Amino acid sequence: MSPGRLIWFKVLIHLGALLPLIWTFYLASIDQLGGDPVESLLHFTGISAFNLLLLSLLTSPLAKMLKQAALIKVRRLLGLYAFFYALVHFLSFIFFELQFEWQFLIAEIIDRPYITVGFVALLILFSLALTSTRKSQITLGKKWQALHNWVYLAGILIALHYIWSVKSDILQPVIYWVLLLLVLFMRKDKLDRWLKKRKKNLA
Amino acid sequence: MLIKVPKKSDISENMVTDQNVYQDRRNILKSMGFFSASALLASPSAKAIDWFSKKEKVFETAPLTHNKAPSFSTDETLTPEQKVISHNNFYEFGTSKSDPIENAQEFKVDPWSMTIEGLVENPITLGYDDLLSSFPLEERIYRLRCVEAWSMVIPWNGFPLASLLNKAKPLGSAKYVAFETLYDPKQMPGQRSRFVGGGIDYPYVEGLRLDEAMHPLTLMSVGLYGKTLPAQNGAPIRLVVPWKYGFKSIKSVVKIKLTDRKPPTTWNILAPREYGFYANVNPKVDHPRWSQARERRITTGGLFSQNRIPTLPFNGYEEVADLYKDLNLRRNY
Repeated sequence: MSPGRLIWFKVLIHLGALLPLIWTFYLASIDQLGGDPVESLLHFTGISAFNLLLLSLLTSPLAKMLKQAALIKVRRLLGLYAFFYALVHFLSFIFFELQFEWQFLIAEIIDRPYITVGFVALLILFSLALTSTRKSQITLGKKWQALHNWVYLAGILIALHYIWSVKSDILQPVIYWVLLLLVLFMRKDKLDRWLKKRKKNLA
Repeated sequence: MLIKVPKKSDISENMVTDQNVYQDRRNILKSMGFFSASALLASPSAKAIDWFSKKEKVFETAPLTHNKAPSFSTDETLTPEQKVISHNNFYEFGTSKSDPIENAQEFKVDPWSMTIEGLVENPITLGYDDLLSSFPLEERIYRLRCVEAWSMVIPWNGFPLASLLNKAKPLGSAKYVAFETLYDPKQMPGQRSRFVGGGIDYPYVEGLRLDEAMHPLTLMSVGLYGKTLPAQNGAPIRLVVPWKYGFKSIKSVVKIKLTDRKPPTTWNILAPREYGFYANVNPKVDHPRWSQARERRITTGGLFSQNRIPTLPFNGYEEVADLYKDLNLRRNY
């Protein structure tokens, strides 16, 4: 991929990530987002965050498969948008669902396992977003990769958050579990190496 | 001897997409999120300018004559009709709130048959016209509190269940009333496919204690907003028990059976720790996964309308508290 093309690709990602969000907020604000705009908004931002995270996890295996090393350059952007959507999801919960009843926020995060795991995932994505710059990569050195491997845990927590939040219609969360396990499976080698290292350390 | 040599282009049995999967393709795609952007565009406002979709059959409703019943009605702001008929939990037509209005338009309710049977002196069968004409219809404006912590205010048209039960004359041995929704997989996609129907075993069943069923607030509804019920709201006849979570108010009823044993109820079978037989609205007893202390009232106004209000015991219908004075409501959720 030429540098020129890469820029267009990035512009496309920006538009693809931002326009649906703006449009959704617009529809919600004029009460045209279904019977309960709050529910629709929470669902849209949550699913979109998950979609973007899966896409960001797909970039490096895809770059390898297609032999397009330049693809890696959009991984950070997708990851940042995943965090951004997760943050909007969380803030929407506070603003529109809890409507600023702060005493409920703490209780909900502690008492409701599906909110607990979602919140932990958000914290992980936040720490990854904070350290997503080239500068952090250099300062953290080897630790940077170790830190950013936490994204896999975040993925698992998000899939849990989703499946625990539905009443009985688990088809969609199950499909997301399959997709997540698929992108994790693409990193089988990494997991093998890690397990071997642990074994060696233990022995 | 005939020797069949398959051509390379022949499709073998195992390559054919299963018909169930094929017919489910929209839902499968939808559940994968592919349609989320287009679904946004298909909001009610956008539908008016949807020139490309073919003209589909529309479920028709008809005006009903009825008397007001102010002593049973709240004067809170009504939930707009458009929202009452487009935001529904009716898993027989799909699990998303917007599925029922989309999938129930071709639902046939005439002819209909609803039976009142079991421990009664006088079993009754009501046809479609009987449902609308056997009893004087009232308008009752009730609060509806969903177990998912949202609520509406809806002007129902109907008659007290007690009138119907009195006509059937319950025997002394009758202690409970069991209800059953129509089972018709041909008409109800959720009953055809577990993927569409949210993994529920159909038909949907519900139940009440006889004294709950006989309470003057308990309504059999045949309409809302002065017209016969839209399909997605449980046409042609449904139960409305305003002091209980919405899932107790079973839709499209075909059978009412009086029994001496507590009847099984659908959500209780599915998740007994989360949904009890009583399901009385109770701000002090949380759903294991979320709080029931507050609710979001769905009225007009979009995202920025402040609509979070405290949930009241028995959904504000304190007059039913007497029914439960000997009952531990925390244990009998």
